[in-house]
Amino acid sequence: MPGHTDWDAARAAAIIAAHRHREGATLPILHALQDAFGHVPQEAVPLIAEALNLSRAEVHGCLSFYHDFRREPAGRHVVKLCRAEACQAVGADALHAALRAAYGVDWHGTTADGQVTLEPVFCLGLCANGPAALVDGEPVARLDAARLAARLAAA
Amino acid sequence: MTRLFLPRDSVAEALGAGAVARALLEGARRRGRPVTLTRTGSRGLLWLEPLLEVETPAGRIAYGPVAPEDVEGLLDAGLLQGAPHPLRLGRPEEMPFLARQQRLTFARCGLIDPLSLDEYRATGGLRGLEAALALGGAAVVEAVAASGLRGRGGAGFPTGIKWRSVRAAEAAQKYVVCNADEGDSGTFADRLLMEGDPFTLIEGMAIAGLATGATQGYVYIRSEYPLAWRSLNAAIAVAEAAGLLGASVLGSGREFRLEARLGAGAYICGEETSLLESLEGRRGIVRAKPPIPALRGLFGQPTLINNVLSFAAVPWILAHGAAAYAECGMGRSRGTMPFQLAGNIRRGGLVELGFGPTLRALVEEFGGGTRSGRPLRAVQVGGPLGAYFPERLLDLPLDYEALAGAGGMLGHGGIVVFDDTVDMARQARFAFEFCAAESCGKCTPCRIGAVRGVEVIDRVIAGRQPARNLALVEDLCEVMRDGSLCAMGGLTPLPVMSALTHFPEDFRRGAAPLAAE
Ligand SMILES: Cc1cc2nc3c(=O)[nH]c(=O)nc-3n(C[C@H](O)[C@H](O)[C@H](O)COP(=O)(O)O)c2cc1C
Ligand code: SF4
Ligand code: FES
Repeated sequence: MPGHTDWDAARAAAIIAAHRHREGATLPILHALQDAFGHVPQEAVPLIAEALNLSRAEVHGCLSFYHDFRREPAGRHVVKLCRAEACQAVGADALHAALRAAYGVDWHGTTADGQVTLEPVFCLGLCANGPAALVDGEPVARLDAARLAARLAAA
Repeated sequence: MTRLFLPRDSVAEALGAGAVARALLEGARRRGRPVTLTRTGSRGLLWLEPLLEVETPAGRIAYGPVAPEDVEGLLDAGLLQGAPHPLRLGRPEEMPFLARQQRLTFARCGLIDPLSLDEYRATGGLRGLEAALALGGAAVVEAVAASGLRGRGGAGFPTGIKWRSVRAAEAAQKYVVCNADEGDSGTFADRLLMEGDPFTLIEGMAIAGLATGATQGYVYIRSEYPLAWRSLNAAIAVAEAAGLLGASVLGSGREFRLEARLGAGAYICGEETSLLESLEGRRGIVRAKPPIPALRGLFGQPTLINNVLSFAAVPWILAHGAAAYAECGMGRSRGTMPFQLAGNIRRGGLVELGFGPTLRALVEEFGGGTRSGRPLRAVQVGGPLGAYFPERLLDLPLDYEALAGAGGMLGHGGIVVFDDTVDMARQARFAFEFCAAESCGKCTPCRIGAVRGVEVIDRVIAGRQPARNLALVEDLCEVMRDGSLCAMGGLTPLPVMSALTHFPEDFRRGAAPLAAE
């Protein structure tokens, strides 16, 4: 997403230090790192492990358990498409198939030009106004291909 | 000065409310008309969002759904006086969808500025907490028990009993945890409340802290709710600054602090023990019970964990009395339930009513049938682990026991409507697929069973030995139901078997061509 910076060990260390004293600090740290760098780089794992007195395997286990955390950079824009039942009921499956074909990517894939990553998500609480999506973290309802293109062009 | 109101709710924002707000302020400025624009929560009439309201001598007049390009025409037509326009809806309270509800928990959602503690107080806010401080912890717990309130997160466990256990537990540190993971498809009531009236949740949790002796609270919010996350954090900051949270709640000398924590996209983290693991900073692997969280919960300490709507019902109960709350409802389901109409529905949104309306009343009278205009074929009640019902069962009343009796569950109150284009074999397949994707992996029936389920249904869909494979599906469901540690694996058979039972024809489609070979 726009606004992310390249890996910077000093910055990562500062982020970790800002959260390490909180109860159950692992998730807040992983979120903060992903907010800063767009993903959680492998280099961060030993830093987190050391700060929280955990093994690297524990940190890695946590990182890989949660769908949110990305271990590789995403495209410039991240589009999370809701695949859950209420959106299925208003044609989400067909829309997603069409979008994946149009953008030439499968789930989790990034377009060849690095502009758009498509990710699946299960429910955004917009279930009365589907199909729903989050585009760069902002909700979009009644999605169709044109609406998505317009959002991406405006972003 | 004319007052305008426009939701900042996720649905409104997702349909362009931000641009509508800018166009309104700009248009009024150009016309030299002084206006103030209050960003509210949503009234829950979601098919009308963005729903704009203007204050007039005759009360608030609504217009909707308003697109940014409608704004100039609205202003020209006399929006600021509440003048006629094709989008004019009249007074919201008089619209049947709202007039026929019993709004207790959601009484002020959509009415006030969600971050104004003054408006909150002016509309009856904090009366429950003040009553609780006067009553003392033991009496508060008994009031919650007497109200008949049961957990709104899905399991319907009596809330008073849980509060009693945590209150009775001896420990230096206890916790109150709010489950705001709201992962069920078709549900959004927690989100509406956190965006539209977060102080009600904060007040309910503060009451819980006082009643149980817990001094620290956490709200675990799913990351799929970025706007609810922002609004709840902002509300917590306001509450701290006003002394509603902190070292001395409303000057009582009693401490209660609250912090919101963000989930990370795992459905299973809505299960309470998985949620606690996640809060502690680990993978969300379900814990075996006992010990129950009320005795050994967060960081091993006694922990009260309730859903957003359970906490949010409490201020009303204390302000108006347990008996008044218990008067609504039917059978052993007391009080009101915020039902949520979703999917292929013409008028989707929030319907808060005493327990007991029929599915048909909700889907047809409130919801107006399908959005597509095609015949309704199925409704799924209670999220991805809930059953699918055919049209002919719509006269089922909605309470915990009636749903369970019909082979389903009410869950968090979500109702997802499908029209006649739905393929129920694919829905059954999805139930397994979802379980496979979201299983925490701790037990074999769930972890392996769900993956096998997808394979077997695929064979049924392809028409390969359908009778034999359907028998296999039934066996798998039995193993998952009986052998799973939690309801993820244990209830996945509900959508699968209900689809199979009520819509058997959809599982025979593949069979014909093969049989002809
Ligand atoms: C797979 C699974 C997912 C769940 N998801 C949620 C959820 O998103 N929100 C919730 O409040 N309860 C959820 N629950 C129920 C919780 O485990 C627990 O019963 C609830 O938080 C207790 O609060 P209550 O008594 O106020 O309902 C889930 C349970 C299971 C098995
Ligand atoms: S049933 Fe599934 S989600 Fe629940 S504990 Fe077992 S593996 Fe985990
Ligand atoms: S099912 Fe798509 S937003 Fe809820």
